[in-house]
Amino acid sequence: MAEQKTVTFIITRQDSPDSAPYEETFTIPYRPNMNVISGLMEIRKNPVNAKGEKTTPVQWDMNCLEEVCGACSMVINGTARQSCAALVDKLEQPIRLAPMSTFPVVRDLIVDREQMFDALKRIKAWIPIDGTYDLGPGPRMPEKKRQWAYELSKCMTCGVCVEACPNVNDKSNFIGPFALSLPRLYNAHPTGEMNKSERLEALMEDGGISGCSNAQNCVQVCPKGIPLTTSIAAMNRDTNIQAFKSFFGSDHI
Amino acid sequence: MEHREFGYRRLHSLLGVIPIGLFLIVHLVVNHFAVYGEENFNKASEFMESLPFLIVLEVLIIYLPILFHAILGVYIVFVSKNNYTKYGYFRNWMYFFQRVSGIITLVFIAWHVWETRIQIWLGNASLDFGLMEGILTNPFMFWFYIVGLISTTFHFANGLWSFLVSWGFTQSPRSQKIATYATLIVFLAISYIGVRAIITFAYGV
Repeated sequence: MAEQKTVTFIITRQDSPDSAPYEETFTIPYRPNMNVISGLMEIRKNPVNAKGEKTTPVQWDMNCLEEVCGACSMVINGTARQSCAALVDKLEQPIRLAPMSTFPVVRDLIVDREQMFDALKRIKAWIPIDGTYDLGPGPRMPEKKRQWAYELSKCMTCGVCVEACPNVNDKSNFIGPFALSLPRLYNAHPTGEMNKSERLEALMEDGGISGCSNAQNCVQVCPKGIPLTTSIAAMNRDTNIQAFKSFFGSDHI
Repeated sequence: MEHREFGYRRLHSLLGVIPIGLFLIVHLVVNHFAVYGEENFNKASEFMESLPFLIVLEVLIIYLPILFHAILGVYIVFVSKNNYTKYGYFRNWMYFFQRVSGIITLVFIAWHVWETRIQIWLGNASLDFGLMEGILTNPFMFWFYIVGLISTTFHFANGLWSFLVSWGFTQSPRSQKIATYATLIVFLAISYIGVRAIITFAYGV
């Protein structure tokens, strides 16, 4: 019988948020149709590294396992993507795993994406519908527009665009591509449109849309194929018009 | 609400095209008179020198915009973290080249202004064909000017592409792609206009 096929992972690990990162190699038995997460589960079952030493199991974040939640993003062979959708058969070996470098590491491959959720709050990525009385049904959304907007709504705050963006780093305060695209989604909604100017004003704050320098990595790496750069250009136009309105105009609504 | 950064960045983008980009084109076109003969160039440069309110025009259209663009530009270079080795997409390379060409252009312009405008003010030189001939017959300076010029025209053409996105003119991927080709033509055209004049200054052909 042929020798048992194996898969080798070289994983950048970190024991705590403040400790130094280090690499550890693991060799695990191969199974057909493995993804990176099933490999990590295999390591968890038997946390012994390639040198045969017993070690702590590698920690990672995951949830849906079907590329819609965004939790399992990590840097796989140099590029950020979801580990659930990364099939071992399609990856070059040894497979190198590292946490996304733009975010603070919690432990091993787990990063803290809090900055993205803060950005969602900053740009008011929601549609206010509550009133002190029943406001009744909102205006209807044309079906064609709903289908178009659905593409923008696929954003799962996974952080891959933020990781790939050369303008998001320790020295800059840029909030990241995803946060420039989402206001377009909420502004396109007939009810959300009522608060359009608030979102545009928020985009114009420091670290907002002016932080984009059009490297356009975001649209290339987005796992959901969201037209991020189209959205950014559209929001550029809208924020410019908003800036002219609020400077020269007098109807500040 | 504080929108200072937004305002500065939009101004940076605007100034790169209007007036700096327009000035660049006028400058290179006037230089091109050299190709039609020494006398033609001297006539053209004398005319430019004799414009009324010249110093006001220079300060408002050239010096202040370039100074603002350069200072904020160096800051923009400082806060970017190039990652073309990991994400080698075309636009990401352009992002890198825009920063490299910006710095080269800044060094080139600083030297060029020192060598020409400031020396003329100091009375050490006069603005004519001979001044440029004297500089560019030195092979090192010839290549320094060629590199500086190409870097400047690239920075302008690629910046023009970025300008169209930052002001929301080109939104769709298709329009942005066509703008890439259009700005490539701009780059080639103004590079030719400039390089051709440099060759005439250096070799008289």
